[in-house]
Amino acid sequence: MTKILRKERLSKDVYRMVLDAPAIARARKAGQFVIIMPDDEFSERVPLTIADADETAGTVTILFQAVGATTRILAAKEEGQSLAHLLGPLGRPTDIKKLDGGVVCVCGGIGAAPMYPIIQALKAAGNRVTVILGARNESLLVYENEFRALADELIVCTDDGSKGRKALVTEPLKELCESVSKPSEVITIGPPIMMKFCSATTKPFGVHTVASLNTIMVDGTGMCGGCRVTVGGKIKFVCVDGPEFDAHEVDWDSMLRRLGSYKEEEAHKCKLVEAAALASQATLEKEQTK
Amino acid sequence: MSDTTKPESLRAVAAALRKELSTKGALTPKDRRAIAQQDMPSQDASVRRHNMNEVALGYFEDQAVVESLRCLGCANKPCVSGCPVSIDIPSFLAKTAEGKFDEAYATIRESSMLPAICGRVCPQEKQCMAMCTVGKAEKNPEKSVAIGRVERFLADRGRAQGTKAAHGAPRPKASGFRVAIVGSGPSGLTAAADLARLGHDVTIYEAFHKPGGVAVYGIPEFRLPKAIVEEEARSLESLGVKIVCDFLVGRTRTVHDLLEKDGFNAVYIATGAGLPKFMGIPGEDLVGVFSANEYLTRSNLMKAYDRDNAATPLYSAKRVAVFGGGNVAMDAARTALRAGADEVRVVYRRTEAEMPARVEEVHHAMEEGVIFDYLANPTAIIGDEKGRVKAAVCQRYKLGEPDASGRAKPIAIPGSEFTLEIDACIVALGNDSNPLVTGTTPELNTTPRGNIIVDEHGATSMSGVFAGGDIVQGAATVILAMGDGRRAAAGIDDYLKGKKR
Repeated sequence: MTKILRKERLSKDVYRMVLDAPAIARARKAGQFVIIMPDDEFSERVPLTIADADETAGTVTILFQAVGATTRILAAKEEGQSLAHLLGPLGRPTDIKKLDGGVVCVCGGIGAAPMYPIIQALKAAGNRVTVILGARNESLLVYENEFRALADELIVCTDDGSKGRKALVTEPLKELCESVSKPSEVITIGPPIMMKFCSATTKPFGVHTVASLNTIMVDGTGMCGGCRVTVGGKIKFVCVDGPEFDAHEVDWDSMLRRLGSYKEEEAHKCKLVEAAALASQATLEKEQTK
Repeated sequence: MSDTTKPESLRAVAAALRKELSTKGALTPKDRRAIAQQDMPSQDASVRRHNMNEVALGYFEDQAVVESLRCLGCANKPCVSGCPVSIDIPSFLAKTAEGKFDEAYATIRESSMLPAICGRVCPQEKQCMAMCTVGKAEKNPEKSVAIGRVERFLADRGRAQGTKAAHGAPRPKASGFRVAIVGSGPSGLTAAADLARLGHDVTIYEAFHKPGGVAVYGIPEFRLPKAIVEEEARSLESLGVKIVCDFLVGRTRTVHDLLEKDGFNAVYIATGAGLPKFMGIPGEDLVGVFSANEYLTRSNLMKAYDRDNAATPLYSAKRVAVFGGGNVAMDAARTALRAGADEVRVVYRRTEAEMPARVEEVHHAMEEGVIFDYLANPTAIIGDEKGRVKAAVCQRYKLGEPDASGRAKPIAIPGSEFTLEIDACIVALGNDSNPLVTGTTPELNTTPRGNIIVDEHGATSMSGVFAGGDIVQGAATVILAMGDGRRAAAGIDDYLKGKKR
């Protein structure tokens, strides 16, 4: 059992939770993730990125968007309650080194959360870091203040122009690649389609680009093979070989297809969870009106 | 199912025979040889292919007694030498024949902490039953005394009655040494039990949310009910063994940490199977291609077969092909049937005679309607416009001269390609090694395939670190992994005694 010490709602569907997890707090490094199981028995194992950790306090911070059945169940948990299971840290840490030309970190939506510890580590290693932070609209932007304090430069973009530039993240990324201060490396974390286009943007410039993949996963320990992706024509496993890979070598179309494997089943589950939530809401309202 | 094989008639026949034999006085070997092997009562094939309940129902008491009377009580006990954990088989059979079931169960528990699991999944026909004099006389190990079935009867009876023997011998004086075991599969559990009985303070670290390893994630409910695995694993806690789940050695903590920071004096690595092997053919990344590990883990560990309750989805498919011929292939095929497939086929390069799966499992699969395509192997998987599997192109094979494994080498027949229309396929071709422990413990010598190299005591190249099971053997059976656990426990005990506290 893992206790939820703090819970914050950052936007409509985005939540941040601080968990009591001393062993993971001690072992984790930038770029790694955890697997959670909100309840016992029939619950699902879901991989989530680590947004932060405090070794002294023995805590790990996760940030997630309540979009699937299991993340909605997780979002319904309150401070003081517990998660049935938490496993981690999983995956290989980000390869952090001092790069002469600086690093551009491109994050979309809640991809900002796992980028935060990576930027911390890049800065600690003495890198110049530019962050491109994108979201559909202002309400979905997270970590803007944190990045402003930490990064050398922050470029905010929204699809609808409600904050920062009205542009996709690939626009400023292309400009940076064309500029005299062309980066030594680009790291991208966010929706798969965004990472695919970031990869396509940097490829012509030959800028080494790393993407952190979040595929379907079951055990997360190198046993089931469900998280496999094709990288450089070879089968790789996100849970033990990743989650970070050379973005230019990733077969993005194959990965995007595999992410949709359970679309029908997922839709069905979400409806069930929604119906259950509505039913409990109705009972609650009934009791309150009594 | 014919009338004579129905559970009720099996019970009636056995009851009558038990009565008759009890009036005879001392049985001669000839009398014993005349007793026919007792059939295992089981669910009807047409019923069970639609449910997850256990296929084999277990012997009735009368059957267990009658079957035990078939044992000739050979003085040299050849069957014991066939058992990787050296259970005193003739002794427990003799006690069963006399109706002393508690004593018989206690005899098994002296050597094995997991009899309800082993009675179900050990390949007895290749081990104890292969050495049995009765089977030798019949020239068929399948006709030997059905040792596993009697073992299962005793274990199930013992568990149901909460027999004291279930807790094994009383706990000895604490040795003051602490041992960490990595993995709670059959090998880790066996080592833990032996070490605890020797007085060592044992902690098992398990990566998943439940103990049991392959017995939980791999072997299906219909072959090995998970409640039994949980119970046998938890029975170790009565010996003082601590089981810590959700803890991945190699990530949460390294082997070095366990020895240098956490105060353990020795470590046993029993991490089990690693990443699944794929075929390297076009189309393997399509939606609907699964490793058997993934398909079975979803169904077993995550209970995805229970579609109404489980949050983990299981891919819906009507026509499924399973590639491979081992026990895991049989488990995957039979799970796919139960998950609602109309047509499930096993595609295997050689013939039935060379299949590594247990004969019993193959027969069960056939009875349930699994189709077997021998002498065939896929060369490509074809997808539809959405990238979902719609067919597999296979090639015909013929058998050639025996290869390094001693089995006839399959040779592809050029121009023999044919297409199977399917909407999912499951690859059951074994596993590579898991890199998490070896990758973070460079002192461990490994084979080029990444398996840990050990000596005859299970000791690795790193002082105080032992290993066994699939991470050493590549792919073993439950009982071989248990044998490794026993051997390593003895090795660890010797190592610790040499250390002096």
